[in-house]
Order: sequence, then C-alpha cells, then structure tokens
Amino acid sequence: MTGGHETLALTLVSAFIALTLAITLWAGRRRRGSAEEFYAGGRLFSPMENGFAIAGDYMSAASFLGVTGLIALFGYDGLLYSVGFLVAWLLVLFLVAELVRNCGRFTLADVVAARMRERPVRIAVGAASVTVSVLYLVAQMVGAGSLMALLLGGAGPRARTWMVIGVGALMVVYVAFGGMRATTWIQVVKAVLLLGGATALTVLVVIRFHGDLGALLNTAAERSGHGKAFLAPGLKYGGGWTARLDFLSLGLALVLGTAGLPHILSRFYTVPTARAARRSVGWSIGLIGGFYLMTVVLGFGAAAVVGSDAVRASNPAGNTAMPLLAVDLGGGAGSTGGTVLFAVVAAVAFATILAVVAGITLASSASVAHDLYASLRRPRGTVRDAQRREVAVARLAAVAVGAVAIALALLAQDLNTAFLVGLAFAVAASANVPALLYALFWRRFTTRGAVWSVYGGLVPALTLVVLSPVVSGGPESLFPHLDFAVFPLSNPGAVSIPLGFLMGWLGTLLSPEAADPARHAEAEVRALTGAGAV
Amino acid sequence: MDKQDGRSAGEPGAVRLDDTWYDALAPGWAEPAGAADAGAHEGEAEEPLATGGPRGSGIHPGEIYLAVHRSGAFQEVRRRYRSFVVPATLAFLVWYLAYVVAAIAAPGLMARQLVGAFNVAMAAGLGQFATTFLLAWAYMRHARLRRDRAALEIRWETQELTGGNAR
Repeated sequence: MTGGHETLALTLVSAFIALTLAITLWAGRRRRGSAEEFYAGGRLFSPMENGFAIAGDYMSAASFLGVTGLIALFGYDGLLYSVGFLVAWLLVLFLVAELVRNCGRFTLADVVAARMRERPVRIAVGAASVTVSVLYLVAQMVGAGSLMALLLGGAGPRARTWMVIGVGALMVVYVAFGGMRATTWIQVVKAVLLLGGATALTVLVVIRFHGDLGALLNTAAERSGHGKAFLAPGLKYGGGWTARLDFLSLGLALVLGTAGLPHILSRFYTVPTARAARRSVGWSIGLIGGFYLMTVVLGFGAAAVVGSDAVRASNPAGNTAMPLLAVDLGGGAGSTGGTVLFAVVAAVAFATILAVVAGITLASSASVAHDLYASLRRPRGTVRDAQRREVAVARLAAVAVGAVAIALALLAQDLNTAFLVGLAFAVAASANVPALLYALFWRRFTTRGAVWSVYGGLVPALTLVVLSPVVSGGPESLFPHLDFAVFPLSNPGAVSIPLGFLMGWLGTLLSPEAADPARHAEAEVRALTGAGAV
Repeated sequence: MDKQDGRSAGEPGAVRLDDTWYDALAPGWAEPAGAADAGAHEGEAEEPLATGGPRGSGIHPGEIYLAVHRSGAFQEVRRRYRSFVVPATLAFLVWYLAYVVAAIAAPGLMARQLVGAFNVAMAAGLGQFATTFLLAWAYMRHARLRRDRAALEIRWETQELTGGNAR
C-alpha cells in the first residue's frame, strides 16, 4: 500500500479529534462542578439524542472490527455475537431502563442500594462496575492498537503502543473536562459516522453481488475454504463438549450482560423521565438492530471478497477484516477508491474507539467517586462542598482508570476484541445483573443478599478467567509459557452467572435481618410511577 | 402551600409548569388521544389516593408509600406492567436459549438447507432479529397506552402527599 491512504486517514482522524475537542471545550465551559452536570449532562437530552448516544456507546469498535472479523473467519459461529448483542436489549427495555431511571440518580449502585444499608452495597456494586468498565476499556484499546498497526503498515509495536497511549490520553481529556454533556454529543456524532460508514460499505457489498444475497453466502462459503460448513454452526465452537459449552456460556453472557454495563445504565439518567428513557431505548434498538444486520452482511462480505485466509494472514484474530474489505471494495490496494474507503473505515473505527472509551471512562469515574469515594470518606463540610469534592475526585478517577486500562491493553494486544468484550459482558452479567434484578423485583432481597450476589458473581467470574485457557496454557494465551489453566471454558458465564444468582438468594435466606416492607413499598412505587424521581 | 394547592392533580395546565413532567403529559404527537384517554379512565375507576387529607405535612413518607403501594390504582399499574413483561421476557429468553442450544445440540438440523445457501441456522438468526423488533414495538405501545397515564397520576398524587411537588 502507498502512503496516500495513511495521509488521508490521518487527516480524517485529526478532523474528528478536532471536532470532539471543540465539543468538549464547549460543554466544559458551562456549569462546571455540579454533579448533575458532570454525571448526567443536565438530564435534558431528548429521547432521540439519547437513543443515538446509547447506540454510540454500545456499537463499539469490538463490534465493527471484531464481530465482522469473527464472521469472516468462522462464519455462522461469529453470528452469535450479532444476535446476542441485539436480543439483550429486550431485557434492558422490559426490566431495566425505566425502573433504573426512576430509582437512581447517577449510577447502578444508586438503584441496588436504594432499600439496603447503603455503604456495603455501594462499595460492592461500585467495585464490580469499575472492574467491568476496565475490562471493556481494554477490549476497545486493543482494537485501537491493531487498527493502528494496520494503518501504519510495518511501523511495528512502537506505533501500536503510542496509539494506545494516545487514545487513553484523549479519553481522559474528554471526560475530565467535558463530563457527560460532551461525552453524549461525541457519542451522537460517532453513531452517525459509524452507521453512515457501515451503510455505505454494506451497499457496496450488495452491489458487488448484484443484490443477490444467496450468491454472497455461496461465495463466502467457497472462499472460506470450509464450504457449506461455513454457514452452519460448529466451525469455532464445534467439536468437543468443552467448545460447545463455551458457545452456550458466551450466549448467556451476551444476552444478560448488557443490562449490567455501567456505561449503558448511566445513559438513562441523561433524559428527564422514565418514559423518555423507554423511548431512547426504542430508538437505540432500531439503530443497533440495523447496525448488527449490516455486520452480518459485512462479515460474510469480507469472507467472500477478501477471503478468510487473507483476513487471517493480516491479523490472526480477524480484527482487520473490515479495513481489508474496504480496500477491496474500493478497487484494490493502490487505487484511489481503495485508498479513500480504507481511510474512511479507519477514521470511523478510530472515532468509535475514542467515543466508546470516553463513555466507559465516565461511567467508571462516576462509580469511583459517587459510589466508592462517597462511601469511604468521612463526611465533613456542607452538601454542596461534598458534591464539588466528589466531582473533583471523579475527574481524577478518570485519569487513574485511563492509566490502568492503557497498561492492561498493552498486555492483551493479541486477543480478538469481540472476545474480550464477551469477557466484560460475562463479568457484568455475573456481578451486576443478579443484584440489579433482585433489587428491582424481589421483595425479600436484603443487604447481605445484595453483597453476596455481587461478590459471588464477580470473584468466580474473574477467578475463572484467570484459570482459563485465555490467560495461560495455549499458544494464543496471554502467558503462553505458563500453564495453570484448570478451567476449560474461555468464557466463564455458564458457571459464574448462575453463581451470582445463587449467592444472592442464599445471602438473602441467611440474612440476620428481614427486608423492610415499607422501604420495598417505596422502592416499588418509585420504580413504577416515577414518584420522587430526580 | 399556596403554590401546591394551585397545582392540584386535576389541572394539566398547571402540571406542565414542571419540566420533568412535561414530556409525559404532552400526548398527541405519537399516540391516538382516544386510546390514551381510555387507559386513563380505567385508572380513575380505582379508588382515589389523595382525596382530602393534609397535603405534604404530618404523615411519615414511609406510611404514604405503604398506602400508595396498597391502593388499587397502583396495584393495577403493577399488574399491567407485570402481565406484559413476565410472559414476554420468558418468551424471548426461551426462544433465544433454544436458538443457542440448537446450535450445539443439533448442528445437523441447523445446517439443513432451506433455499439455496440459506439454512435453518441463518433463518433462526434472522428470526431473532425480527422477534426483537416486534417485541420492542409491542412493549412500547403497551406501556404508552396502558400504563403511562395511570402511573403519572399516581406519581403526582404521591408527590402531593410527600411534599415532593413543592420542590
């Protein structure tokens, strides 16, 4: 490839960075210091704006690069991600969005702690939220690294390292200076860019096959080297029962995890009412559904046009299938069309990564300041002072979270980004979702139940990941030379999600105190009607 | 207190002053007014929550929420919510798990070809997309027509009692 595509891509990327920094400056000069402004962006976004922002937060680089790559390599088995990522939204729409908007103020812990003893529950849910966010951040930054490696050709590991550090630094700037208002607008801009880019490429793929999707599938099957097996289950998760259980585990994590992602839940606080929260989810289901349908076409398109072997040769995990497809659709390497499309895809993917990491960093800094710091510090000064200090802590927390994520991302550079996201979903589904659902729907749920369900999901999920083949024991592990992989599945969901629910139930049964019926009545009235909501 | 009395629950014009309520009380752009009204009347048929009694004073908030929780109007909203989401959640979870389990337990069935390259697995995957869109639409419609109006009235009356409306 010539230097042309690099120059163009870097120009587009710089334009996006300039735009987002302008948004940050504009948002940052208003009402700094108020918690309402920093965590919730003033709460007056419209359902459509918030719907786009939710979609922007959710359609990560992991989906754009990772899912299309998995479909290009493994065909049907990669499709599970597209389906699971969308179906999960029904759970959010039915059971979570409105009730969370009505019960909470800024974070997930607000909702779970509403009728419990606040301190232990807040600390538990806050810690789990930060863990999930950091895992998710690592996935996004690994995506940024592999994108840069491709963009700069043979520039090598140093370019990748600098890319990861640069993304980390930018996201800290967005969050620390712009808060939720800037983050939301960046998400909206990014969602529009990503949907536009994906639509353009999808149209080109369909045109390439003259609108005949059957021909697209047949060509994909043929060029994948697997024939018809490419379109049926089993290429990645076939074979032994361990691999099949892994598929089930991933399926569970995907469908349950979304409802426990802190950066998604905090988006519901940016609109004024529960009804507006519901309508934003409606918008986002439409946008996200359309996007994942396109990833299916693009994934099979990459297999058909580029070929699975070429994708694997460029990046064994498949993360670069999308940019390769863009080059081919534009007319091949060296052509003007290929150069332009490649640059557009790279810029869109970069915008996606930046926006998503900003959203997650904001959510995790909110968890650190509003849940952990606010529970652990000694109360002093007025409420207003306390709030101001809390926001200052949140800005600092953004820097700390950024640093941790950069370090971990540099370690995990060779893993598929969609797969890493699957892990984050598994931890969210094990630690956050049981506690949240119990708190909203189980009258007898107690403080001990809440604490046990969070730790009872979080600790097994993390332990099982450490003991899994992802970390050690195989040629593709983080530490290929060590072997302490006792747990055979690479996604812990199938074990840790039921454990989270079980521990919540057990903790409630063994509680020294019974649940307070008055506080349950209050929580339920608030949740379903919005009485007393902020 | 004067201000509160001026904005009693029956006057929508007064309610609109409060911006967080404005959205929920501005029907007409997306829903047929008749349907919304029908839902409201069903809600009103239940026993009223806040007839007479001292407003925003005297009663402990916990007592108020217990009373509201016991009221027929609230139980009706709760019943309508649960009677939709419980079966719908079970249905989509079972359908999704069946889809996932079929891939690992019956790969032969999933690989069976329907039309050209199109097999059972791909059809089921697209079916998941279709049912998701359909259920989301049905839920939003159900909530808008059957729950929103009644829930808003309870919110208003509860906040009258707890003094929350004076903020």
